[in-house]
Amino acid sequence: MKDTLNPQPPVIEAQGLQLVFQTADGPVQALKDVNLVINRGDFVSFIGPSGCGKTTFLRAIAALEHPTGGTLTVNGMTPDEARRKRAYGYVFQAAGLYPWRTISGNIRLPLEIMGFSKAEQDSRVARVLDLVELSGFGKKFPWQLSGGMQQRASIARALAFDADILLMDEPFGALDEIVRDRLNEEVLKLWARTGKTIGFVTHSIPEAVYLSTKIVVMSPRPGRITDVIDSPLPKERPLDIRDSREFIEIAHRVREGLRAGHLDD
Amino acid sequence: MNRALPVLTVLAGIIVLWYAAAVWMNATWVYDQAERAGTTVTLAEVIPQTMVQDRPLLPPPHQVGAEVWKGLFGQAVTSKRSLVYHAYITFKGTMMGFGLGIVFGVALAMAIVRFRVVDMSVMPWAVISQTIPIVALAPMIIVVSSQMGLTGRDLPKAIIAAYLSFFPVLVSMVKGLRSPDQMQLDLLKTYGAGEWATFLKLRLPASMPYFFASLKVAVAASLVGTIVGELPTGAIEGLGARMLIGSQFGEPLIMWAALFASAILAGLLIVAVGLVERFARARMGVPA
Repeated sequence: MKDTLNPQPPVIEAQGLQLVFQTADGPVQALKDVNLVINRGDFVSFIGPSGCGKTTFLRAIAALEHPTGGTLTVNGMTPDEARRKRAYGYVFQAAGLYPWRTISGNIRLPLEIMGFSKAEQDSRVARVLDLVELSGFGKKFPWQLSGGMQQRASIARALAFDADILLMDEPFGALDEIVRDRLNEEVLKLWARTGKTIGFVTHSIPEAVYLSTKIVVMSPRPGRITDVIDSPLPKERPLDIRDSREFIEIAHRVREGLRAGHLDD
Repeated sequence: MNRALPVLTVLAGIIVLWYAAAVWMNATWVYDQAERAGTTVTLAEVIPQTMVQDRPLLPPPHQVGAEVWKGLFGQAVTSKRSLVYHAYITFKGTMMGFGLGIVFGVALAMAIVRFRVVDMSVMPWAVISQTIPIVALAPMIIVVSSQMGLTGRDLPKAIIAAYLSFFPVLVSMVKGLRSPDQMQLDLLKTYGAGEWATFLKLRLPASMPYFFASLKVAVAASLVGTIVGELPTGAIEGLGARMLIGSQFGEPLIMWAALFASAILAGLLIVAVGLVERFARARMGVPA
């Protein structure tokens, strides 16, 4: 009822989205007829085999790729406008910290570019370092930190300028499973604390099910959405929720969706 | 010590070979003298005489060492006979050429990385420029610059030195400025960073390791260029002029002393560049 009285516009809305890459071997349809609505505060995972367009879709939201058809809006604007309004922070698969900057210096990078004052930079760096539990590591250089800590620093960097949307492209794909479990827990905590909208690309079914309120299953050639699952799991998710019946049922449905995508080939 | 031992071993080998070569080459003169005097000499008599000649074909190491010592410490450093004085002239030229080469090399690299047109039109010429022997080009540069009313040899020398030293800087900087990968460029794009911010925050710092690697080559090339610039058309100052004088007046000791002085100068320059590099690396957080 609240929704009808005070309808919140969707954060991200794609309608009939098409994206064709022109390559030397001819055109490649990376996205075909993608329709999706992401609401404020959603945690959305994109899962599918490589070539299914999940990363391309995330990059299109971030205006790093430009759709060749259909419409895509971010906060009601075009992705390019949304970028200028600092609507999103982006986390890549590799932490990509500058080796010549300290951890603080790396987090400061977007703030410098966006022209925040020195004092504002300092307070924001301190705040996001605390948020990803890296306080005390600000003066260290990236090589002095483990891979997991580096990725946390890169998340802090994406959070530093208070974007509403956090886009994460397989952020923990290169980390081992133990570290990944911990970071997944931390991302959930972070999400609960900040109320951000998160788009999360992964190829791990348990990761997608554990994290998301909405799971988007995609399949390749051409890249398209085969299933969208709204997770019935509660917002509070201890790690052992992964042994619950609901969790296993959702994981099963995701697996079915992935398999169905392949049957079409 | 572990690092010094192999170097010292090679040095000892060189000195032994050098002495052997000195005996062999200088003996001819001793035998000729003896023949002219109508006497004969034994090998035992020849060897000491090969070590002390005024104008040996190949001066033995101790003679060169003594000449270098005399040149460095035998007189006031302002004397025209002082190697310190001539080394300073050459050093000055080298630094001017080095600075000019860095500025030119970096500026050209920036233009090449930024503008595809410059890349396609200028880069091939930069490569071709290095295939022209500098010995042929140096006199022309000196003549042209004096035609243009530039008095003194400092500037033409610096231009010749820069001609050699800009190239390693250019090649390394082009590689360095292009070293950031697509992900790093995309990251800056998501911040809405403009071209200038991308250059200052990413491309330039990322190119620094390449830059410093090129400096060692560039400073050595600059020294060679300066010495070549001191050779033609009657220069009287600098290590290059010293070498030419030694060769023209048949004074091999002067030539060898100047040669060693320039080797020492080159060594000092490379060590100095290495120290600057270490300082910069420490500032940029590279593990020691």
